[in-house]
Amino acid sequence: MTPTRKKRLTLVGLIVLGVSAATVVAITALQDNMLFFVTPSDVQAQTLPPDRQIRLGGLVADGTVSRDPDSLAVTFGVTDGAHDVMVSFNGILPDLFREGQGVIAHGHMDESGVFRAHEVLARHDETYMPPEVMRALEKAGHPIEASMPQ
Amino acid sequence: MIRMLLPLIVFGGLLVLLVAGLQTAEERKLVQSPLVGKPVPEITLPGLHDPETTRSTADLHGHPYILNVWGSWCWACRVEHPYIDRLGREAGVPLVGFNWKDEREEALAWLDRFGDSWHFHLVDFEGRAAIDLGVYGAPETYLVDHRGVIQHKHIGPIDATVFEDLMRRVMQMRAEAES
Amino acid sequence: MIAEFGQVTLILALVLAVLLATLPLYGAYRGNETLMRLTTSLVIGHFVFLAAAYVALSAAFLNHDFTLSYVALNSNLLLPWYYRLTAVWGGHEGSLLLWMLMLGGWMLAVAAFSRTLPREFVARVLAVMGIVSIGFLLFTLLTSNPFDRVLPGPTDGQDLNPLLQDPGMIVHPPLLYMGYVGFAVAFGFAIAGLLGGKVEREWVRWARPWTLSAWAFLTAGIALGSWWAYYELGWGGWWFWDPVENASFIPWLIGTALLHSQAVTEKRGSFPAWTVLLSIAAFSMSLLGTFLVRSGVLTSVHAFANDPERGLFILIFMAIITGAALLLYALRAPRIMTGPGFDWMSRETMLLINNVFFTVSAAMVLLGTLYPLIVDFMGWGQISVGPPYFGAMFILLMTPIVILLPLGPFTRWKQDEVMRVMRPLVASAAVAIVLGLVISAALGAWSLRAITGWVGGIWVMAGAVAWALRQARSTRSGLALHQWGMTLAHFGVGVFLIGVAMVESMTFERDMRIEPGQTVEAAGYQFTLHEVAQVKGPNWRAEEARFTVHRNDREVARMTPQKRLYHRGGQVMTQVALRPGITRDLYIAMGEELDPASGAWSIRIHVKPFVRWIWGGAALMTLGGLVSASDRRYWRRRRAEARQAEKTAEVPA
Repeated sequence: MTPTRKKRLTLVGLIVLGVSAATVVAITALQDNMLFFVTPSDVQAQTLPPDRQIRLGGLVADGTVSRDPDSLAVTFGVTDGAHDVMVSFNGILPDLFREGQGVIAHGHMDESGVFRAHEVLARHDETYMPPEVMRALEKAGHPIEASMPQ
Repeated sequence: MIRMLLPLIVFGGLLVLLVAGLQTAEERKLVQSPLVGKPVPEITLPGLHDPETTRSTADLHGHPYILNVWGSWCWACRVEHPYIDRLGREAGVPLVGFNWKDEREEALAWLDRFGDSWHFHLVDFEGRAAIDLGVYGAPETYLVDHRGVIQHKHIGPIDATVFEDLMRRVMQMRAEAES
Repeated sequence: MIAEFGQVTLILALVLAVLLATLPLYGAYRGNETLMRLTTSLVIGHFVFLAAAYVALSAAFLNHDFTLSYVALNSNLLLPWYYRLTAVWGGHEGSLLLWMLMLGGWMLAVAAFSRTLPREFVARVLAVMGIVSIGFLLFTLLTSNPFDRVLPGPTDGQDLNPLLQDPGMIVHPPLLYMGYVGFAVAFGFAIAGLLGGKVEREWVRWARPWTLSAWAFLTAGIALGSWWAYYELGWGGWWFWDPVENASFIPWLIGTALLHSQAVTEKRGSFPAWTVLLSIAAFSMSLLGTFLVRSGVLTSVHAFANDPERGLFILIFMAIITGAALLLYALRAPRIMTGPGFDWMSRETMLLINNVFFTVSAAMVLLGTLYPLIVDFMGWGQISVGPPYFGAMFILLMTPIVILLPLGPFTRWKQDEVMRVMRPLVASAAVAIVLGLVISAALGAWSLRAITGWVGGIWVMAGAVAWALRQARSTRSGLALHQWGMTLAHFGVGVFLIGVAMVESMTFERDMRIEPGQTVEAAGYQFTLHEVAQVKGPNWRAEEARFTVHRNDREVARMTPQKRLYHRGGQVMTQVALRPGITRDLYIAMGEELDPASGAWSIRIHVKPFVRWIWGGAALMTLGGLVSASDRRYWRRRRAEARQAEKTAEVPA
């Protein structure tokens, strides 16, 4: 084996090693950052571990929105027609948030069965948009689900 | 040689994944409506041309019918309108309009301008009844059979392909109702 | 009538593309001069017909021809003429037409600027691009024809999303397409090289300015999209790791790797096969991006008009183009594998490291983007991948790049000494550490991220300047354009880095309850709400919050965010108040009225330090790419060289 060949082989070996390491790290990171999309029926059907981050999707149930006038705390029910889940949130709700509107909440279930959301997105689905508009809104990172003006 | 083929193999794998993704894209796109396969909820709402008369989904029991969610604010409804026209004329079952989150004046003007081929409309200006129905957006089209069960739900505007599909399903429902 | 004219010209362009894809290729194969001579006229004809089709569509927009469903969906009577012209590419069909027009334009440019290249070679490059054009023309004609008529047409078109009537959004897609399409040139060069059976250092040099300009356009396009999302959408973020963003970012990462590997192959002849592979990958990833965005494979819940048929078409097209290219690569690459060896410490190694990290980054982004698809494929459920994944991967992968970047240009080809390379950079490193720490301390940005951002950013910037200074001193003629370009782009990386580190670590971002008369403190600024007033616009009324912002008892800004209610449709829209600055942006958005009695509102306040530096850095990179591409070095060819190339190119395919 010539020195050049040897050098090259070591180089290739190093690269393969590095890439494999990166892949392992990536897969681990992916597992940690996976957000499952669930509906209230799913929540009812299975007991989710309390610390698991999920995306809960459904409609804001009628007459369930209640606000605390002294802070930004708000609670509301999310329904899929079959089951309801109570959501508590502290912050500003999107423009399109209202009863009967589709929402997606990011957060986790706590022990008492309340969904603690740290982000609430109103689904922007009162009308269906052409893909280009969608794409543009999607650029915002809060695509169809965003509280974008139309 | 194998080493040289590696990029091709990786690319092949990617293609398989994308083809599979494309196959299931339609399914994933549709929110599984919990109400498909279940009885249509009983909804009683005023009419559009005749606000004094209220109508209920219960009145339609015993016949298959089509329920189409629309609004004058929804441009995709304008896109699907030619097919709504044809459904009204060709389907042979009642075509019920569900006028959603609209205003009476604007809705009537819209119908004047584009044509009204629905047999009658239910109006839900507040969007309360729509929750029971599981409406996600407009336009949406529901097929309800003679037993009052929601057989099918199409989300988004109707195009030629969807129209054919809906007609086929309607014919099937009619055949079932008659047998 | 004009629409039918457009339709016909599209078909004629297709005919010419077919001729272009076959005749010159056959001519190059048989050494038939007459057939190869046809190339230029075919390219001109192809471009003229595409331009005619584009003009026809623009005319339909100007004339409000709503019988074209594409016009009806993307324009209306109230739209001013300039927005009607830009609305041509506002939708899928028209943007495809623009795509093809650009491809035609790039081909024309290749034909015009490559007169001195061997005729066989140019014939092959343009034939390959002709094949790409066939694919897109067929795609347009068969699945997405902008000239489709719906009779009778509506009397008025669709209302447009006002968000899209914005200069940022209008220029963003064409720039992206310029980048995507530009990679087709590098692709054409690589395939032509493979067909010729040799990777000539010569052709890599010819491919470089094309790749550089494509990359610069792509950089500008991505940056503009990010800027637009930031100021228009009111979420205060600049990058979201959204599938659609990733679709343009993957080709960018590969393109960055390609730029650097081309440098090695051109200068030293090392890793030619890798350069060819990257050229194929950059364009394939552009196609993949197009597929991901237009097929609906990744736009979850319910997007309208995600036509699986279109998706399938692009997929088949991609399978043919990339599949054939990779097969050709597998067959021909063993012949071109060899390149001169190099030592551990050498410019080659430096650029190889760059390539490994950029390629791996691209693979990681691709993995994260497609992971929901894989999970769904395996039946594990519906998921999305959170931004922390991408963030973590990038910190990991980009750190070595940042550390090594200033060393690269100082390192000699083939073999070098570590100490020799480090010596001129000791000052830069010292400056970076001292200045970085001092600035972080002065700004109160005492977090690991901010400090590493400053130290790393200054290190990169100082390294770039140090190299330029040394180069300027050692040569009498000063820096060549391509050296200026590199310095600018690398300097831009440092600027960008500081922006990202500051925004990610020091952003003040809070939702709060505030009553008129109250003052809140945010990152050293005092925001005082004076009143919430009613204001009226042409088609809306709004609640307007009137804020003054003080810093050290001095008024720095008056800001008036609004909550608008549009009369038509009753839509509510948040109008953000944004006060840009070099070292920070102030940002206020209104939430909702919490208590009518006290007039309390929920308010979102952001103070974003150095956020402008992100786009500033990207602008410098773009400029660097363009300056570099304009270097005459890439275009000049000596006669002797031309004759020599003529000879070597005669190897039959």
